[in-house]
Amino acid sequence: MPQTQPSLSGTETPSKASLWYDPKVRAVLYQIGAMAMVGMLAYYLMSNTMANLERQAIATGFGFLDKQASFEIGESLISYSSADTYAKALVVGALNTLLVAFIGVVLTIVLGTFLGIARLSSNWLLSKLAAIYIEIFQDIPVLLQLFFWYAFFYEILPGPRQAITLFQGVFVCNRGLIFGIPAAHPAYAYMAIAFLAGCVAVYLIRRWARQRQDRTGQIFPLIRVAAAILIGLPLITWWLAGAPTAMDVPELKGFNFIGGVSVSPEFTALLLGLVLYTAAFVAEVVRAGIQSVSKGQTEAALSIGLKPGQVLNLVILPQALRVIIPPLTSQMLNLTKNSSLAVAIGYPDFVSVAGTAINQTGQAIEGVALIMAVYLIFSLSTSAFMNWYNKKTKLVER
Amino acid sequence: MEDTHLADTSVDDIRPPRASIGAIGWLRANLFNSWFNSLLTLVIAYALYQCIPPLVRWAFIDSLWTSTGPECQAADGACWSIIPANFRFIMFGFYPYEEQWRPAIAIVLLVSLLIFSQYRRNWKKYLFYIWIGGLVIMGVLMKGGILGLTPVETTQWGGLPLTLLLSVFGLTAAYPLGIVLALGRQSRLPAIRSLCVVYIELIRGVPLISLLFMSSVVFPLFLPEGVSLNSILRAQVAIILFTAAYIAEVVRGGLQGMSKGQYEAAEAIGLNYYQTMRLIILPQALKIVIPPSVSILISAFKDTSLVVIIALYDLLKTTQSILGDPRWMGFSPEAYLFVAMIYFVCCFYMSNFSRKLERELDTGL
Repeated sequence: MPQTQPSLSGTETPSKASLWYDPKVRAVLYQIGAMAMVGMLAYYLMSNTMANLERQAIATGFGFLDKQASFEIGESLISYSSADTYAKALVVGALNTLLVAFIGVVLTIVLGTFLGIARLSSNWLLSKLAAIYIEIFQDIPVLLQLFFWYAFFYEILPGPRQAITLFQGVFVCNRGLIFGIPAAHPAYAYMAIAFLAGCVAVYLIRRWARQRQDRTGQIFPLIRVAAAILIGLPLITWWLAGAPTAMDVPELKGFNFIGGVSVSPEFTALLLGLVLYTAAFVAEVVRAGIQSVSKGQTEAALSIGLKPGQVLNLVILPQALRVIIPPLTSQMLNLTKNSSLAVAIGYPDFVSVAGTAINQTGQAIEGVALIMAVYLIFSLSTSAFMNWYNKKTKLVER
Repeated sequence: MEDTHLADTSVDDIRPPRASIGAIGWLRANLFNSWFNSLLTLVIAYALYQCIPPLVRWAFIDSLWTSTGPECQAADGACWSIIPANFRFIMFGFYPYEEQWRPAIAIVLLVSLLIFSQYRRNWKKYLFYIWIGGLVIMGVLMKGGILGLTPVETTQWGGLPLTLLLSVFGLTAAYPLGIVLALGRQSRLPAIRSLCVVYIELIRGVPLISLLFMSSVVFPLFLPEGVSLNSILRAQVAIILFTAAYIAEVVRGGLQGMSKGQYEAAEAIGLNYYQTMRLIILPQALKIVIPPSVSILISAFKDTSLVVIIALYDLLKTTQSILGDPRWMGFSPEAYLFVAMIYFVCCFYMSNFSRKLERELDTGL
């Protein structure tokens, strides 16, 4: 205790003791001490590393990025060959990670929302099935699930000749998922433009409708109009551009399918594993969000004369989403981070490509630093977006 | 509660209509309460009718339980024989065959310790010493070298003991570090706070696998010449560093749950920072965070399976490697389902425990 301590140390002058017991001085000393310890640890590790690198004759720095990678990558969104540089190989890996994360996030939100609502359904059978699903898929390691789906593709599914037809033109076999797409036609580019134009139009109409509602109180049927514009505009464009109906359907030629789009077993297994695993967690998040809005809110909204659709849109969803969004974001980040498990089933994501680069060049520190940097960028940009969103939807207390 | 009390005395015992009680009433209320739900029930029932019988047929009726690999290849059903035939390898990996009773006892000891610790009446100070003693005995059993036990290199450890060791020891060792980080993050000293924030956010922002990569390829470079850590220990360090960041966030939640009055009262009776934390804040904050800590144990338990990627023989890797045996090739679903069942039982038990605890510890504040 500060008061008794100086008397114990006896001969020390009071001014010196008071300096040591000055909280400000102490704070500075503690901080300098902590920084010095971290600095010393860093120096110790650095010097060891330098000595080891020199002894093992491993190059340092990111110079290797410009060298020829000389390994093939199974799947790539951009054109890549083994003659390209490590930098380009890493870009291919990062794009693959982004692809699986993006599709995974979309599918997970859809499936998770469905399961969350099903869990709360008044239908006993549906609710129990959803509960069983959530419990089982949450409690099994995602890596094990990935292995299972990967084995499922390679061992259980038949070869292309006995491929299972899911729907007309959609096949699954041990070469992955194969489905038909509309044959290339300029009409589809026009449709995309029409869709974007529709988005802009809906945004403008929404702003106008809000202003009008603030001014006059009249409600504009925004959702129906928006749906009409977003679906109608591309459809009209498609019809105007000659209504192409030709399909690029996969056909069995010899031992494999020709035409259509084929998705590799690795990608499908990774996507399936990640989506099924994360959706179980998302379902719990959605359920908690819906339950967080008390029944009184619904009743109050109905009693002031809102229609059921309006109750959902104006009262329930805005409140539920505020509870749902933060944990949902962390689940989406988990999915992105878990996509790094691709390395275990041979899908060339960023970690897998960087791992190959580490093995070839021996530059482990740079490789691991790159992996961490890329995931940090994903994480930090997502959390920045979410902070912005949270601020926007924050409860304004009056 | 009060309603029933009233009903007992004043209202005549009129039975509800037959259609709203009993099996029929239950069916009407839970499965057929609207045309949509009725349709849904029928669709689900049809789907289950399509899926369940073939699965049961595969798993139980046509299945083989004690055959050899080639016999399995000929059969239609599941080949569960892969489990008994390779059980000891799946469970213990490359641990010397004659010595496998030792890890078996270690597992039993650990599981009984965990079960013993789940009762709140056992949450006394001696529990801590029991755990220390238990962990030492487990270590001795696994490692050997004294008391006439043959020494077993850590490189030969594998299977379930390795999985349990990595997760339980990882959480135990990560907890103190996590508490320090959480306190650091709450600190008023900017340098210490930013160090902790950077550490926590950095670790939480990257996947565990990048840390495991680091442990397998970068850690050796950090050590001075001549010193080497084996790969299990390095993975353990990576798991500890990773888990600590998550524990720090959980503990921070507990610290933030403390009311300001607690700090002020502690200051008022003249306690310094360490006394305040040790005697007032942490005992209360840590109690709040027990249920989320169990969730972290669950994730740590599941996440240890990632050591497969740096080629440690944990439960998942031993299973995967028997599937490479030509005699047992093609029975991955059976083997993976078995391992999934082990993981599921453990995680389900722990998460139920966590939920129960949450209800019990909820003092309504």
